Order: sequence, then C-alpha cells, then structure tokens
Amino acid sequence: MSILIDENTKVIVQGITGRDGSFHTKTMVADGTKIVAGVTPGKGGQDMEGIPVYDSVEECLKDKKVDASVVFVPAPFAAAAAREAIDARIPLVVCITEGVPVQEMTDLYHRARAKGSVLIGPNCPGLISPDKCKIGIMPKRIHKAGGVGVISRSGTLTYEVVNELTLAGLGQSTCIGIGGDPIVGTGFLDLLERFEADPETTAVVLIGEIGGEAEEEAACYIQDHMKKPVVAFISGRSAPKGKRMGHAGAIISGGKGTAEAKVAAFEAAGVDVADKPDEIPGLLLKKLKRKK
Amino acid sequence: MNIHEYQAKELFASYGIPIKAFRLVTEPGQLAQAAQELGGETIVKAQVLTGGRGKAGGVKYAKTAEEAVKYGQDILNLTIKGFPVEKIILTEAADIKKEFYAGFITNRGTRAVTLMLSKAGGMDIEDLAVNSPEEILKIDFFARTGPDEDLYEAALKDIFRTQTHIAQARDILDKLYRLFLEKDCSLTEINPLSIVDDDTLVAIDAKMSFDDNALFRHPEIQALENPEESSQDEKDAREAGLSFVSLDGDIGCIVNGAGLAMATLDLIKLAGGEPANFLDVGGSSNPNKVVSALKIIISNPNVKAILINIFGGITRCDDIAKGLLMAREQIQLDLPLVIRLVGTNQDEGRALLEKAGLQAFDGLSESVEKVVALATSEGGRQ
Repeated sequence: MSILIDENTKVIVQGITGRDGSFHTKTMVADGTKIVAGVTPGKGGQDMEGIPVYDSVEECLKDKKVDASVVFVPAPFAAAAAREAIDARIPLVVCITEGVPVQEMTDLYHRARAKGSVLIGPNCPGLISPDKCKIGIMPKRIHKAGGVGVISRSGTLTYEVVNELTLAGLGQSTCIGIGGDPIVGTGFLDLLERFEADPETTAVVLIGEIGGEAEEEAACYIQDHMKKPVVAFISGRSAPKGKRMGHAGAIISGGKGTAEAKVAAFEAAGVDVADKPDEIPGLLLKKLKRKK
Repeated sequence: MNIHEYQAKELFASYGIPIKAFRLVTEPGQLAQAAQELGGETIVKAQVLTGGRGKAGGVKYAKTAEEAVKYGQDILNLTIKGFPVEKIILTEAADIKKEFYAGFITNRGTRAVTLMLSKAGGMDIEDLAVNSPEEILKIDFFARTGPDEDLYEAALKDIFRTQTHIAQARDILDKLYRLFLEKDCSLTEINPLSIVDDDTLVAIDAKMSFDDNALFRHPEIQALENPEESSQDEKDAREAGLSFVSLDGDIGCIVNGAGLAMATLDLIKLAGGEPANFLDVGGSSNPNKVVSALKIIISNPNVKAILINIFGGITRCDDIAKGLLMAREQIQLDLPLVIRLVGTNQDEGRALLEKAGLQAFDGLSESVEKVVALATSEGGRQ
C-alpha cells in the first residue's frame, strides 16, 4: 500500500497546455502515472500528445473517472483552478504552483476540508509512491519502492533525503512535499495519521524547517499517537532572525518557530533529529532494528 | 514586504482610521517648517524598518518647535540596528489617557485572520505574548463569514469598557480589517491604540506588512517598497530572478531550492565555516542565472571560496555546468570553487565540467567539508 495514491490513481492535469504543465505531464506519463485528461479553459476539444483536453473540470468529469488533479496554473489563477477541482469533489488536489496569495489559500484550506478533498500544496513538489504513481515534479530515478514514508516542507531537500534513503537501501512508501508556504492544504498531522494507518509504511522521515509551529504540533502528535519510528531533520538552524529565506514560511519572529524549539520538541517526543541529511538512514535503521 | 509607519498611517487615513496629524521630514532644513505647521508639542519619530527604535533613541517628545528641530537633527544622525535614519516624522503630541493594543495577523494555526486585542498596549507585544498570553484576546475572522458577532462584541466590551469607546473601537477595527483584506496584508497593527485628551480613540502608531505573493495585484502597495529594506546584492539578485539574502561569512553559496539552500548553510556552520549568503537559483534551468549568481557572489570582497550545491530535479545539471563555463569566460573567477552536482542530467553536466578541467563531487557532506577547508586555509582568497 501507500498513502493517498497508488497504481490505480487516475489523474488530470489543470494547465496541461502551459509550459510547465505540458513538460511535467510528459514526465509523469513516462514515469508511469495514469494521466486521463487535461484541463485548459478555451482549449477544450484539443489533445496534448494523445491526452484529451477539456475546458473545465466539470466537462472532464462527464467523460472520465478522476481520482486526483494536479494544478500547474500560473499563480494569479492557481487558486481558482484548485477551487474548481475541490468544488467538483475530486478527492485529491495537488497544487504545484508557487506564489499563491495567502488569503486565497486560507479560503481553499477551509473549502477543501468542507468538501472532503485532500489538498496538497501549494508551492510544493507533489507526491510519489515509487513504481506506482507520481503526481508532481520530482525526479523518479532517485526513488525506490519500500516502507519509509517521507513528509517534507521543502522540494530539493526532499530529493537529498530520498537519495540518501535509496542509497542506504531504504525504499519509500510515499514521499510528499507539503510546500513551504505559511498556509498549506495538508500539514504534518494528517499525513502522520495516514502513514501510521498504512500497513506498508514501517517508518517515517519528517523534514521541517524554521517558521510556524507545525513541527512542534507534529512532535506532540507523534508522542501521543504514533507507534512507528519517526526521524526528523530541521533546516534553517543557522538562519538569521527576521530574514526570509526563500520559503515564505522560513521566517522566525518572537522566539517562536526557531530551529532550537523544533529540535527540542522532537527530542522530547522521542523523535531522533539528524544534524545532516546523510545521517537519516543510519538513525532510521537503528530505530527499525530496535523495534524488531 | 514591510512599510514605514508614515506610509501605514497614510493608508490608515485613506480608510478613515483616526490618526494624529504628521509631517514627513527627510532633510534637517525641513524641520523648522514642519514643527511650525504642527504647532505646539510634537513627537519626533525615526522611520526605520526595524523594531525597538524607542529604546535606540529614535523617538523623542518635543515641547517646543525649537526642541523638535534639535531632536529631529539628532535622530536623523542615528543608525538603528544597522539602518541609517533617513526619514523622520513629526507628529502632533497627544495627551494619552489609556493605551491598548490591536492587530490583525494571518494565523497559520487556525488558517484565519486573527484579531489580537489587549488592554496592555504600548508594551512589547511579543514579550506579552510569551509571558502573559492571557492578556491578549484573540478572535478569528474569516474572509467569507467575518467573526462570530457575539464573541467580537464581548471582546470589545471586555477591552474598551464604555459604550462610546466600544463603538469607536468597533468602527476602527472594522476599517482596519477591511484594509487588511483589501490590501492583502499579513499584519496590520496599532500599538498603541489610545484614548486621548478629547476622549476619542486614535492610532498613535501604525505597522503593516504585506503578503509578497499578492503584491502583483497591488501596484500601489508595491510602489511603497523602501529601497533600504534590501542590500544592493539583494536587489541585483532579485532582478536576476534569484532568491538571495546577504550574510556575514566568507563562503559563497549557490544552491537550487530554498530548503536545500538553508540546509547547506546549516552544514557549513556545522563544519566550522561561515556562509556569506543564502542563494536559491530556483527551479528553472537557465545558465544565465548561474552567471548572475556568480557575479553577485564574487562582488562580495569577504568571499574566500564558493560552494555550488545542485540537486537536479527540474533543474538540469548540464545547464548548471553550461552556466559555470559561461561565467568563466565572462568574469575573472580566481576563487576556489567546490561543485556538487547530482540529479537530472548529471552525467552530461559532469562531462562538460571535466572537459574544462573542473571536478564535481557527489556527496553533500564531503563537498561542505572541502569548501570549509578551502575558506579557512591559505588556498582561499585573502
């Protein structure tokens, strides 16, 4: 098993005819994802390398059964596209787009909860269950199917960690980039719960960063609800206070959301925190051995 | 994006939020006239994009126009937390009877806009939030539905007590919330919100920051951006489409992705080095970005060695290699360079580098150790 997606997941691409949308659609198809259609307003009736294009999600759903949508729509229109998918009650909506205004995200967050969609992102690399399905922009080659669940606020840092896992022979059940923005559709808690319930996942790696208090909440959750071993990594330990380092979320103020606070919260919850990404496999293997 | 108090007060005024009259002064020569126009007692305040200006001597009470001129000159000579004071405002002094705190902020936890209200205004609200959180009332506002009316009314009653002040506060906060929503703020703050001599509530100070992601739809807000908020390096980087933050160390860094870039800085520190900058070349694969990034980094005289750390996903390693080779043709690159190049098209990228006599490394930890050794040894630029 895996969480949220599997080999049967049928995916549509919103913004399929755009520069990023068309490029990554081809990559996802090459990586084995079942892309059943695309949506670009005004381009309905065309096709993108054999994939039918519709004007709207609603039109598309008249013809196709859809489990997930991935949004590659430019920032000013991305929230509207995601809203369309949520309103059409597509169970999983993944928004790759960077730069979605926070107010729109606040709205989308509550809308997705109300309508029962799982919204991943925005400003994220997406998710992958190696050899089953990839909805996003990550390089598939570095992944390997297995039992480690990965949740991360960062894109390339996830690749770094996944690469180390694969090199150490630790395959992954599902790897999810939740995005680095202050408000994202799905946070750590929901995914930790899903990984804990997934029989195929044996351990979880959580990659956090400075800013906000999501890691501190995750630490509490892990302590109270998780039996599976969790190893964490926090980036931004050396970041100067008050400066924004790329991710909107990566700003610290008022002594809250610091790397120290997050590391301390994890350690108090029995979660090992790696100093370097290449220490993660070793910490995981030690924990997994102890469990047996 | 942050703006100055005087800019925030102009926005306040345009939404009908009461403020005291003020004059903006950028040269000592303008002080006398500004003081005369306001007449009587004034407060002279430094306009800097950092907190704690009061403690740094950036806020003074002047009893006369002469005093205002003198204090104004003093404050214009100050540098507060690295920011030279280039602008000050003179504000009509108020006889303050009571101070409150009021602010709207994007709440990551509840995914709402949260109104924070306190009877303990004027103090450092961050300290208050840590030490006596019960002193701050919080109510969530939702763009679609607004706040729960009963909670909102009860909070106003609890904080402002009299019918007159409750009504005034309600009017001010409703307007402040509209401003927050309409201009895509991440923070609007009045500290203190004060009852003054004529028994009315007035915004004595004003602080606003904006959601950078939404600036595209507010050109009028974008126009308020203050050049001193970014260093020249940071401005150059932004123009080149790079995400860049100046730091104090001597190891220049070029990384793809914000999370990996932060982690790279952490590893450099852990290995005993000091990063000179955060630089994210972003996801796209434009060789020109690498050239721009290198130019910005070598323009910093403190830099002794450079680490390029690329984990190619969307970014293709051969494009990064091409950018590096282009940079070597265009600029004098006499600094030691450690290149870590893995991911998409890594073989093509490495072949290009090898042909030019450059070696690329695999591991992140080993690359970091190498660059730290270079920066601290004789090998680095002195």
